Amino acid sequence: MATSVGTSKFEVAAVRNDFPILNQPLPNGQTLVYLDTGASAQKPLCVIEKLTEVLTHYYSNTHRGIHTLGDLVTTEVEGARETVREFIGAPVVEEIIFTGGTTASINAVAYGWARKFLKPGDEVLLNVMEHHANFVPWQQAAIATGATLRFIPLTSDGQLDLTQLDTVLTDRTKFVAVTGMSNVLGTINPIRELAAKAHAKGALILVDGAQSVPHGPVNVRDLGIDFLVFSGHKIYGPSGIGILWGKSKLLEAMDPFQFGGNMIREVFLESSTWADLPGKFEAGTMPIAEAVGLGAAIQYIQQFDPQAVHAHEMELTAKAFQLLQEIPGVTIYGPGLEHRGSIVSFTVEGVHPHDLADLFNNRGVAIRAGHHCTMPLHEHLNQPATARASFGMYNTLEEVDALAEAILYAKKVFRR
Amino acid sequence: MTEDIYQEHILEHFESPYHKGHLAHPTCCHRDKNPLCGDVIELQLKIDASDCVSEAYFDGKGCAISQAAASILCEQIEGKPVAELKDMQAQQMLDLLHVPLTASRQKCGLLAFKVLKTLVYAHETDEPQV
Ligand SMILES: Cc1ncc(COP(=O)(O)O)c(C=O)c1O
Repeated sequence: MATSVGTSKFEVAAVRNDFPILNQPLPNGQTLVYLDTGASAQKPLCVIEKLTEVLTHYYSNTHRGIHTLGDLVTTEVEGARETVREFIGAPVVEEIIFTGGTTASINAVAYGWARKFLKPGDEVLLNVMEHHANFVPWQQAAIATGATLRFIPLTSDGQLDLTQLDTVLTDRTKFVAVTGMSNVLGTINPIRELAAKAHAKGALILVDGAQSVPHGPVNVRDLGIDFLVFSGHKIYGPSGIGILWGKSKLLEAMDPFQFGGNMIREVFLESSTWADLPGKFEAGTMPIAEAVGLGAAIQYIQQFDPQAVHAHEMELTAKAFQLLQEIPGVTIYGPGLEHRGSIVSFTVEGVHPHDLADLFNNRGVAIRAGHHCTMPLHEHLNQPATARASFGMYNTLEEVDALAEAILYAKKVFRR
Repeated sequence: MTEDIYQEHILEHFESPYHKGHLAHPTCCHRDKNPLCGDVIELQLKIDASDCVSEAYFDGKGCAISQAAASILCEQIEGKPVAELKDMQAQQMLDLLHVPLTASRQKCGLLAFKVLKTLVYAHETDEPQV
């Protein structure tokens, strides 16, 4: 089970050694400068080996075969579930539901809870910094139920404007969906405060942890939230696996979102009854090796002191801030360092983000360009697209230099 | 290396585009968007009595590749019969750019071409344009 938590000293060189992809040249021979962890994180060897171990030594279906492999693999999957439970501080392991990812988790709530309980006149509280994954499911649930969407306004530096909260959070608010950390602005939202205020109005709160969970310890009971969702692939684990955590009472009241094998208790010709948690929300064969791999990824990050990891990632972010601010024509979006995590989105006057990403790529620097699945936010920023550098625990200060140099190079090509 | 996609002629078309602007009385116009990156291209065509493109203008916003491609396309299609433009292939558009585009950048390079295709096919069926 989990190695003792947070004991190793944090040394970025040692961390980099754990990630095979960072220790080999790109197919074209260049050195990779990977600044796209916000889109998906690279995988440490222990996760890769865990996947191989499952597939090589005990792969079979879970909860089904009465045979040696079935027992072994089920033990591993349930061990991973317990690792997740401990990691997010959930009270009971049955509340940990394996899904395909953040998007699948949110849809499970938007279908299973919102479409069942929302009525015309009810309100769902969102804001424009949400990723489409935490936006469109609620928009569609509102259309389907006749509920109304309300939006917490943003301050000019890209934080939720809590001074306006009392206007938009009302007695009609039934649900608040909010990201722990913006995937564009980097903004870290005050979840504990939002949860308390939502609950005071009788509303539930779901936190999209896709970006926040990988960058710091989360405790669902501390935060006082009702649902937490996140993806394996952004937390150094496999893609195709994610987590939906919800309070048992709420999960029990919800309808299942997908129907089929594993999620049933009994099936009759005209009706069916549902399995207990978590099975009720795990229809079909789950991503088996991926679930085990997610457990291994969490154990990997748990060996580091979360404060030290956070300090390292913020040192990178601070340096990026400083270097980028010195370059004429560069605009950084989002709040100051004290309110953000390790994501820096920017534009360069006269060079479209797409061209930036392409030119960066000439130097092996991988960033993301586009609207990053936040069209309402880019509308709000009045920018069709931005360029985004996002840092993980394995990035170095030298790689931040490479980012700044890549901007200068792009400006030169575009004669700016 | 993709460095060579920002060759002189691409940057020149980006910085000093051919026929960027609007026609006073276009025969038809159409606008499309690359939803991934937000590139926008609007094409305006003047089509004469013999079904030839007499004037082509574009307007748009976006990356150098999408905008340069629109400029190059406008330059190329003036004087061409609509029937010939209907037969134009995506590869011909890419060839006009003279730079190697990866699959993801081909969407940028082909946006103006896509708008043109919509226009020339609508011209035959005589459907009203938005
Ligand atoms: C804040 C946020 N929410 C949701 C998602 C969607 O995650 P996934 O694509 O893993 O379902 C992402 C990732 O792109 C994200 O950054």
